[in-house]
Amino acid sequence: MANPNKKKIVLPVAPDTEAHGPVKHLYSKKVKLPYGVPGHNLTEMEREVSIDEPPALPINEKLNVLGKRTKRVDAIYKVTGAAKYTADIQLPGMLFGKFLRSPHPHAIIKSLDVSAARRYPGVRAVHVLLMEPGGSVERDSGHDAPAETYNMDQLPRLRYVGQPIAAVAAESQYIANEAVKLIKVEYETKPFVLELDKARKKGAPIVFEEVIEDGGNEGDVGVKAADEQKGNLRGPTTGSFLGGPRGDVEKGFAEADFVLEKEYRTQVQTHCCLETHGVVADWQPDLLTVYASTQNTAGVRDDLAELFGLPKSKVRVITEYMGGGFGSKFGAGHFGVMATMLSKKAGRPVKLMLDREEEHLSAGNRPNSHQMLKMGFRNDGKITAIDLTSYGTAGVGLGAGVGRVAQDMYECPNFRTAQYDVFTHAGPGAAFRAPGNVQGVFALEQMIDEAAERLGMDPVKYRDLIDKHEVRKIQRMKGAEAFGWKYKKPGSDPGPIKRGFGMAQGHWTRFINLNSSATVRINKDGSVAIMSSVQDIGTGTKTILAQVVAEELGLMAEDITVKIGDTLYPDGPGSGGSVTAGSITPAVRNAAYKAKMELLGQVAGAWDVELSDLDMKNGEVFSKTDSSKKMSFGEATKKMRTNQVMATASRPDDYGGFEIGNGIGYGRLGSVQFAEVLVDTETGFIKVERVVAAHSCGRPLNPLQVESQINGGVIMGIGYALYEDRILDLNTGYQVNANLEQYKLPYSKEIPQIETVLIEHYGAFSSTDASGIGEPANIPTAGAIANAVYNAIGVRLYELPLTPQKVLAALGVS
Amino acid sequence: MKNDSKERSPEKKKQGVSRRAFLRGAGMTTAGTVALASGMLSFKPAEPAPAKTALMGPGETEVSLTVNGQQRTLWIEPRTTLADALREHLHLTGTKVVCDRGSCSACTVWVDGTPVNSCMTLAVDVDGREVTTVEGLAKDGELHPVQEAFIEHDASMCGFCTPGMVMSCAGLLERNPNPSLDDVKLATSGNLCRCGTYPKVFDATLAAAKKMK
Ligand code: FES
Ligand code: FES
Repeated sequence: MANPNKKKIVLPVAPDTEAHGPVKHLYSKKVKLPYGVPGHNLTEMEREVSIDEPPALPINEKLNVLGKRTKRVDAIYKVTGAAKYTADIQLPGMLFGKFLRSPHPHAIIKSLDVSAARRYPGVRAVHVLLMEPGGSVERDSGHDAPAETYNMDQLPRLRYVGQPIAAVAAESQYIANEAVKLIKVEYETKPFVLELDKARKKGAPIVFEEVIEDGGNEGDVGVKAADEQKGNLRGPTTGSFLGGPRGDVEKGFAEADFVLEKEYRTQVQTHCCLETHGVVADWQPDLLTVYASTQNTAGVRDDLAELFGLPKSKVRVITEYMGGGFGSKFGAGHFGVMATMLSKKAGRPVKLMLDREEEHLSAGNRPNSHQMLKMGFRNDGKITAIDLTSYGTAGVGLGAGVGRVAQDMYECPNFRTAQYDVFTHAGPGAAFRAPGNVQGVFALEQMIDEAAERLGMDPVKYRDLIDKHEVRKIQRMKGAEAFGWKYKKPGSDPGPIKRGFGMAQGHWTRFINLNSSATVRINKDGSVAIMSSVQDIGTGTKTILAQVVAEELGLMAEDITVKIGDTLYPDGPGSGGSVTAGSITPAVRNAAYKAKMELLGQVAGAWDVELSDLDMKNGEVFSKTDSSKKMSFGEATKKMRTNQVMATASRPDDYGGFEIGNGIGYGRLGSVQFAEVLVDTETGFIKVERVVAAHSCGRPLNPLQVESQINGGVIMGIGYALYEDRILDLNTGYQVNANLEQYKLPYSKEIPQIETVLIEHYGAFSSTDASGIGEPANIPTAGAIANAVYNAIGVRLYELPLTPQKVLAALGVS
Repeated sequence: MKNDSKERSPEKKKQGVSRRAFLRGAGMTTAGTVALASGMLSFKPAEPAPAKTALMGPGETEVSLTVNGQQRTLWIEPRTTLADALREHLHLTGTKVVCDRGSCSACTVWVDGTPVNSCMTLAVDVDGREVTTVEGLAKDGELHPVQEAFIEHDASMCGFCTPGMVMSCAGLLERNPNPSLDDVKLATSGNLCRCGTYPKVFDATLAAAKKMK
């Protein structure tokens, strides 16, 4: 049975090369597509594509809707409170669920008695998990007379504070909250280990005696086959889908004129989605309907279908609006499985939303890291060797690697990495906005700056020398210009408050999810709808889909109805790995094109003209040769023979094929950010004053929304750099700041002036040539701030978050 | 901590002190008062709560209030917060509950025109008073200028913080038609947005202020 806590389709890190080769076409055609960056190196690229592909789109400047700042189509529902999120769903007869969770970081349940909870007035169902953490698998199904008490052989070991044990469903949330406390549990506590360094030591309490078969792919790099699990250590992983070690690192160091060797540490960060994880599950004999706050409706459906032995056609998952996920909301989750179980038992819908504390404890986090980075440099700036060892803990989960930036961002013939996962008795990690790479950049980009200083070079110019990425070069240039970049001598300000400038860069692989399909439906009354299970997690997916169809049909975005986030429609991709825009928009455009051709064919018949003579633009259908033949889109649709024309399309292979297997596209999404900070050397406080963020995401579909995404990435990066830190009480294993007032986040007063620089970059990859931006926007921020802080005070900080205490310690102030 | 004495209410168990009891003493709290630097909640009581002489609870008690211009009478348990009364009893789910303890302002509504955190306000304490929620901000089918500007400037992303943001920003413009950027920051200083809409919230609010002139 699958583990429902396993986050699925976060990153297609294991491309399935054997299973599918590139798709073959009976008929193909050649199209010329824009290629490169307008104003720099724009040319055309000829690609051979399927005959079914729509014509090439010109660059944004020549389009009507795409590339234009377009209002979010659902903003009106958000600003008026009409948008219904999972947390807002109220169904007739709905019950409320509440979990009982482990109060101990490591314990055995000696006995468990639910009888008092079951008898509590208003309680309608109780369910006890009989599987290991996360494996909330239906094991006591078929208990017609469910057990009242359980013995220790039946119950899973508890491995973190907050691990779900059981739950009740009751007539109100108050009743559920009270009843769950009546579950009697006798615990036998065991020794536990919370700290990364201690968990690695000999004699540390072991988190998993057994080898964990589950690969776990929450993070990025750092998960290794089960046979490499020793004690709490798992790994090392020595490569990624981009390859393994290369060259000879020792030889590289021998050839270096100087070698830098440093240790860096990053903290555990929690996602803090405003809407907590949760579902409303409604088990009916003919259909299980689940409203879920998820980044992947199709994934939740697949999990529940598998776990409950239902055909996928009998599970419907709906996510109309969702209040943030940032990587943590994939799969049915223990709450999804539990709510479904309770609904099945009670015969009524059950709402089970985590509370804020549960959210921190059990719903995922960005693992911490301890990175040992060693790099060799020649006096001409060339990097001769990179050696990176890392340890990180995702608690009872896996995926605490530090990504691929060291492997892939700069030219270097000799590279080696060893990335270890370390198990601890803490809540499981989950994918978190550019997993791995955010941690990796904090180390790598500080070391690159150190080398630049050693070489007496400006950090921007030094990167121009060692970074061969074309687009990033333009980003550095444009970003530096917007920022007014001028190298300043570190720590050179007089007075106690010092200003500093810094920059850092990152990259993200172009992931494509080929399982991305959509239907476009044109109705006789002239209305148009898009349907797909893909969800809008706040990034603006609904709006860009409307824009894509509007562009194709010569309409405006607001003319299009977007029905997404429902598994009754064709499967869309999960929204993680920044795959959504690049995966679903070509499918939607291709479906719109097919539907358009169908409609035009019917109009051509009615007008008795050639199909090739017709086109659509500015709300009209017209003949290209006879200007008398013209009518509005709405009139044209009245000519349809049937009440609607509909077409479904799926994401084709990248034009020109994939770099690796299916789903990893050529080209990296580069990003460069510049930061200006003020550091008060008397109090240690750091204030970020200004950030310039230079990014590219292929063809930007809606610059207004891209800007918002970049702002969001930067602000989250500021939180990571300066404030956020999950703090566990070492005596109890309990998170002391499992709330939103002591877990520090950036609020309005911490927001700097943010300027975005958007580079249009055409790669001729698909019929929209769009890519995602969510993750790239978050990658370089903490690195840029760290470099700026160094520039301000002349002392480097190697550990996140950069708190006043650490600043003062680094300055030797006590 | 989690499994201590049975006689205490669930709220007491969770936080050591009874938050709801404390609320009653503190009266209502003004939204937008969480200071990151100190991590402290500062409570600025609004009008003193109307004195209730009779003992209430634990059963349901009658509360009547005006919500978005409509007179509503509810039978609710005295421990019910205004947020829950609005969401669960009146099905006005525009108001969001995110932290349920005064640290995010997602639940901001106006009581007699003043923004308050509705999760920190007992419904019985607003008996006889006037409540405006995000659903009631538009008048006669016309959006409030702040709502218009939020749409125009893309100040909502996932949108979960948006109702609270809108109520804080519109509340600011009601009392200060000519705010500076710092005023907007202060008015939203308790509003958490994890998606990072802040820069656009600032732009939108300043633009709305201009328009309202
Ligand atoms: S302040 Fe009320 S929900 Fe956060
Ligand atoms: S828009 Fe998502 S939290 Fe503010």
